[in-house]
Amino acid sequence: MTSLTQNFNFAYLDEQTKRTIRRTLLKAIAIPGHQIPFGSREMPLSYGWGTGGMQVTAAVIGQDDVFKVIDQGADDTTNAVNIRRFFEKVCGVETTESTSAATLIQTRHRIPETPLQEGQIMVYQVPIPEPLRWLEPSEVETRKMHALSEYGPMYVRLYEDITQFGQIATAYDYPVMVNQRYLMRPSPIPRFDNPKLNMSPAIQLFGAGREKRIYAVPPYTEVKSLDFEDYPFQVETWDKACEFCGSTESYLDEVVTDNDGGRLWICSDTDFCRSRGKREE
Amino acid sequence: MITDCDEARLITMQDRLVPLLTVERLSKAYGAVVACDRVSLSLYPGQVLGIIGESGSGKTTLLKAIATHLPIDSGRVCYTSTAGQALDLHELPLPRRRQLMRTEWGFVQQNPRDGLRMNVTAGANIGERLMEVGGRHYGQIRQTAGLWLDQVEISQARMDDFPHTFSGGMQQRLQLARVLVTSPRLVLMDEPTGGLDVSVQAKLLDLIRSLVRTLQLSVILVTHDIGVVRLLAHRLLVMQGGQVVEAGLTDQVLDDPQHPYTQQLVSATLVP
Amino acid sequence: MTSTAISPSPVSTNSLLWADNLHKRFILHAQGGICLPVLKGTSLKVKPGECVILQGPSGSGKSTFMRSLYANYRVDSGAIWVKHGENRIDLTQCQPHELMAIRQKTIGYVSQFLRVIPRVPALEVAAEPLMELGLEAAAARDNVRSLFRRLNLPERLWSLSPTTFSGGEKQRLNIARAFSVDFPILLLDEPTAALDAANREVVIELIEEKKARGCALIGIFHDEQVWQRVGNRVLTFGREDETALGESHE
Repeated sequence: MTSLTQNFNFAYLDEQTKRTIRRTLLKAIAIPGHQIPFGSREMPLSYGWGTGGMQVTAAVIGQDDVFKVIDQGADDTTNAVNIRRFFEKVCGVETTESTSAATLIQTRHRIPETPLQEGQIMVYQVPIPEPLRWLEPSEVETRKMHALSEYGPMYVRLYEDITQFGQIATAYDYPVMVNQRYLMRPSPIPRFDNPKLNMSPAIQLFGAGREKRIYAVPPYTEVKSLDFEDYPFQVETWDKACEFCGSTESYLDEVVTDNDGGRLWICSDTDFCRSRGKREE
Repeated sequence: MITDCDEARLITMQDRLVPLLTVERLSKAYGAVVACDRVSLSLYPGQVLGIIGESGSGKTTLLKAIATHLPIDSGRVCYTSTAGQALDLHELPLPRRRQLMRTEWGFVQQNPRDGLRMNVTAGANIGERLMEVGGRHYGQIRQTAGLWLDQVEISQARMDDFPHTFSGGMQQRLQLARVLVTSPRLVLMDEPTGGLDVSVQAKLLDLIRSLVRTLQLSVILVTHDIGVVRLLAHRLLVMQGGQVVEAGLTDQVLDDPQHPYTQQLVSATLVP
Repeated sequence: MTSTAISPSPVSTNSLLWADNLHKRFILHAQGGICLPVLKGTSLKVKPGECVILQGPSGSGKSTFMRSLYANYRVDSGAIWVKHGENRIDLTQCQPHELMAIRQKTIGYVSQFLRVIPRVPALEVAAEPLMELGLEAAAARDNVRSLFRRLNLPERLWSLSPTTFSGGEKQRLNIARAFSVDFPILLLDEPTAALDAANREVVIELIEEKKARGCALIGIFHDEQVWQRVGNRVLTFGREDETALGESHE
């Protein structure tokens, strides 16, 4: 551990790089939902594995932070474990699996079930930051559309969903309007988590390493999921309860248990599930 | 014989005195090639202005420059908005310009693939402009889209089909519906009947003509087909080498062509 | 209207149309710039309720003169003063949009030819001028139907496209189209050429009715019997370099 901290700067990135990322983050906080380009660095893992989130984490993490990493809600998947170990090594900070104990949480694909609090920072790993990319391949044009708030075409996609499936079928990365101004991709979280973005007391930072973009939602900011008046936004519901903790309010993963089609439903948020289980014991 | 509509006619007459669009000495060059050389024109409400000329005469460049799809070297394009303001389009702030293009203006492309979203359904194609101007009620958007499908003679049963399953003529009619759904006052058309079979062309021409009358549209129509302007255009500009060489009422220009180029153009046309 | 086109009082108050010293030549660029002078100072005044007949051998310029009065041909010099609403306007100085308004309200034209889009039914073709004036479609159609009936155009044709019509049927459609509107000035280019005797009578009646309403008519008729009956005056055109011979009263 000592040898590593001697060979690497605190949090791996050099101070100059961290400073530029912090400046970008300040700008992102100042313009909620607006994508800011930044000089994305090479990280010791490949693009697409959370390099954007890691650079944001590296720029904001301090000696006193308590760090948590989740991947699909779980603390114990390979990706989460590796990123947590990485920051243990290059920062020597305390880590945790408990949402309420963490001051800094890096996440891929989920927002914890336990409500976030003031003072906490969420860092989201973002594969594709541009919500308009599916319909407009030109970056010049999408920037213009953002600048002019031309978000009508986004509704075309929702219209098509209803037309084809009878409802808005977009389950992940469901587009949101931030502070009534910028259209934003919330990263591939399930739409179940979208309401948690709204008026959250935590600071929410989004980093896309490959696409070299950072954006943010400051605390207590309105985040509204797009919808139609006659097809209002709705979250997923299950007619099952978690097999482990019996929760009916959390996001459930379907797990196939054998070759005969046996399956069960369990909480995707392992920390939430465990803490409920403990309480019940 | 007609007395009860005198008042309506008076209003029409007064409207006609104020041009909807004025182009003043518009020039546009691509390097050494001058595509539009000091072109001036004015368009009055309810008029169809045809622009005719062979390939390379600058007619499509002129149309694109009017639509602000292209920057211009000099000159002005002035549009009188619904609110009665005279707007210099190329000087207008981008947001306002784009808003105009989505509401009061429409552009019909020669190739429907350029004017439609081929990967979304017909209904969404028509609904897009409604959603762009704030339409947020799925049911109402569909209802409006249905009415427009009727208008352009496409069965409502095709609303949820993709444009690539449509014939060329239907695609072009769908494009019309997509453009007309926000009730634009000015529609620019670039060879709207090009590439269609003659019988399909006739149907489309007839449709455009009746829409122009019922919706009181003003149209600038670029084509190389004299038959098309004969049937659709009230007025005609003849372009050659980037310049307007002759202008007037369509029948004046075609029945009494004065410029050598126009005479050649008219005499080369087979009269059916 | 542009101020240049409006004259203080160029026409005696009771003339609806005054063509003054019209010159028109055709230059054929494809044939080495050949110049054909056709009108060389033709003049004409027409009062309300008058029907003036244009006479002369073919090629003498009567058709060119008529087309000039409709601004279909553009004259080289001279003026064509027309009473349009309360104004008197020189057609030769008008902008295209002004000419459109004049053709919509003031000057009607019965041509020998009919150009239509294939799919449009005869009834719609004939009702179009009224609808362009802002009349309700139903009222316009009623109006045209009664004219079709008078002109003995078989009812089964009304909903068909005129592309398949015979010459006489097309001609009656043209007449209905122009006569449905209450134009103060009507130009008639051989309106009875393809008609049988019975229908010719109807057209004569229609012309007499227009005259009674104070319409000024100018017509070319190949049929002497017709023009002898409806014409008040004759303007005769000469051959080659001769100009108009002037007016002769009936």
